[in-house]
Amino acid sequence: MLSKIWDQHRIADLTGDAALIAIDRIFLHERTGAAALGSMKAAGREVTDPARTFCVMDHIVDTRPGRSDQTLMPGGQAFITETRSAAREAGITLFDVSDPDQGIVHVISPELGIVLPGATLIAPDSHTCTQGAFGALAWGIGSSEAEHAMATGTLRVARPKTMRVTFSGAVAPGVTPKDMILALIARHGAGGGRGHVVEFAGEAVSSLDMEGRMTLCNMATEFAAMTGIIAADQATFEYLEGRRYAPRGGEWEMALAHWRELASDPGSIFDVEIEIEAAGIEPMVSWGTSPEQSVGIGDTVPPDAGERPLAYMGLEPGQPIRGLAIDAAFIGSCTNSRLSDLRRAAALLKGRHVAPGVTALCVPGSTSVKRAAEAEGIDKLFVDAGFQWRESGCSMCFYAGGESFAPGSRVISSTNRNFEGRQGPNIRTHIASPETVVASAIAGRIADPRETAL
Amino acid sequence: MPITRLVGIAAPLLRDNIDTDAIIPSREITKTGKTGLAAGLFAGWRYKSPVSREPDPDFVLNRPAYRDAQILLGGANFGCGSSREHAVWALAESGIRSVVAPSFAPIFFGNCVRNGILPVVLPAEAVAEIAESVSADPAGTPLEIDLPRQLLSLPDGRSWSFPLDEEPRTMLIEGLDAIDVTLKRKSEIAAFHRRDVAARPWIYLGKSA
Repeated sequence: MLSKIWDQHRIADLTGDAALIAIDRIFLHERTGAAALGSMKAAGREVTDPARTFCVMDHIVDTRPGRSDQTLMPGGQAFITETRSAAREAGITLFDVSDPDQGIVHVISPELGIVLPGATLIAPDSHTCTQGAFGALAWGIGSSEAEHAMATGTLRVARPKTMRVTFSGAVAPGVTPKDMILALIARHGAGGGRGHVVEFAGEAVSSLDMEGRMTLCNMATEFAAMTGIIAADQATFEYLEGRRYAPRGGEWEMALAHWRELASDPGSIFDVEIEIEAAGIEPMVSWGTSPEQSVGIGDTVPPDAGERPLAYMGLEPGQPIRGLAIDAAFIGSCTNSRLSDLRRAAALLKGRHVAPGVTALCVPGSTSVKRAAEAEGIDKLFVDAGFQWRESGCSMCFYAGGESFAPGSRVISSTNRNFEGRQGPNIRTHIASPETVVASAIAGRIADPRETAL
Repeated sequence: MPITRLVGIAAPLLRDNIDTDAIIPSREITKTGKTGLAAGLFAGWRYKSPVSREPDPDFVLNRPAYRDAQILLGGANFGCGSSREHAVWALAESGIRSVVAPSFAPIFFGNCVRNGILPVVLPAEAVAEIAESVSADPAGTPLEIDLPRQLLSLPDGRSWSFPLDEEPRTMLIEGLDAIDVTLKRKSEIAAFHRRDVAARPWIYLGKSA
């Protein structure tokens, strides 16, 4: 797929492996939007195509009900107000704090049909790879590259190598795309995908719905991949049809014909091929301070685990991961906070309650997801079970909005990073699927969701 | 600012997977600009507690011998995690002009190039050897990095070649602004869009059907 999208977008060859690549969609957020737009203005540069440049307030917005521009993050309000005025001045499309379409960038972009198969889409956010689930070439860049894309409509890109990761067969019941991607990173390392676009393939991938595919692609960045991508198919087209920025009428038909040609041809040669037996994957939980430091729920902290992560996480080598007492549980983030994630989590919560002493939060991935969940009574299931039900935003994935759990807390989280201090000073993060998070919240200890479901 | 030759004290921080949350914790980014970040550099490691700001004397950059370090020696997958360019801005503001590591996360690598910080890829064994050599006497064992020749050397003459693709190499050596360079191709870009709007009209929003 990379070759087809690359060739479609290549404006000129540059030196070495680099090419000037046309960028179809740019998506900013308030954490760096003001900096990028302000820097452009100072240099006397304009946004080349405002109609294809978007921005959303997601990263540091308060998620408490009744929120305003004020944030718990010191100085956060300026990020919101300055991004707002810069976005308006530049004439780009802004989804503001109280906009009904507001949400985490990689949740709302597909909801609105902004990402499309075969398109190039960039954002100054490392989880932009999430959107590769739509067969788009979508990747994260820094603020300066975002300026370059806005000012020229292009990026100067070194052509990546290609890797295909095939999940063959089917996962066992209770095993999710979150577990699949953690298994890949645990086996092949946090640097395993470096320099490659990783194409996910196999029956266990094509049988995933779009939200499941997004979870899988989301953590391609934790694999050091340039990005992740999954071939667009009927499920993709059905998801996108009728969405606000998706094509309609004659253009829809034209687009479909184009999109159907994008999948990798049979017999395509990839620089690297990895195969994983899906049936062998268990629910996964991280034990350490890198996503590669993850094990199956039935496993232990490795006997050769390093001193530093053990000390930070307060664990011993050989200690079982199941049964670790937790202080908090978080459901949220661009990895796992879409409607299907919340439905599955709510199903496990029904008739049960969070264990005493456990702080539990659910932050829906977008305001649309929140509304849809409320229409189905999912919010009530969460609240009755002892979860806080919040407004949408990136929230406690990264100590955003200045909100965190108590220092030293052991947190089980549906997010994507368990780095030292990621969720707050001395916070001990264990990343897992939403099902595992909920099962653990109920038990008050890290638990196997397959046992809760029984 | 063009880079040709750097000579500077190197500070070893040989941990793998040093992520950008470690380089600049989110709570340290309190202003919208690109400056005012030096105090937040490695804040979680540099200070005994985030509130007290009391320097931890054991952290490498707090040690007097490394206070004027201009080169950082790191572990594999340096700069992984969040794309926040603040990580690079904080390093630059703190006087770091090059990072030497066995591998870099892709977004961080690109951010370095855009900000005139030279990312040098050397095998882990080489970085370890260099770290051992400099740590005995950091000020007396400055590293010399020759970008045009792609050579990193110690004062005793030991040297290592490092790779760098032509595109970032040229940008760094000549101190070019990537946007200015690209805008020289305005007519090619326009020609592409004329063809593309006919081939993929659905991409072009805001234009009448």
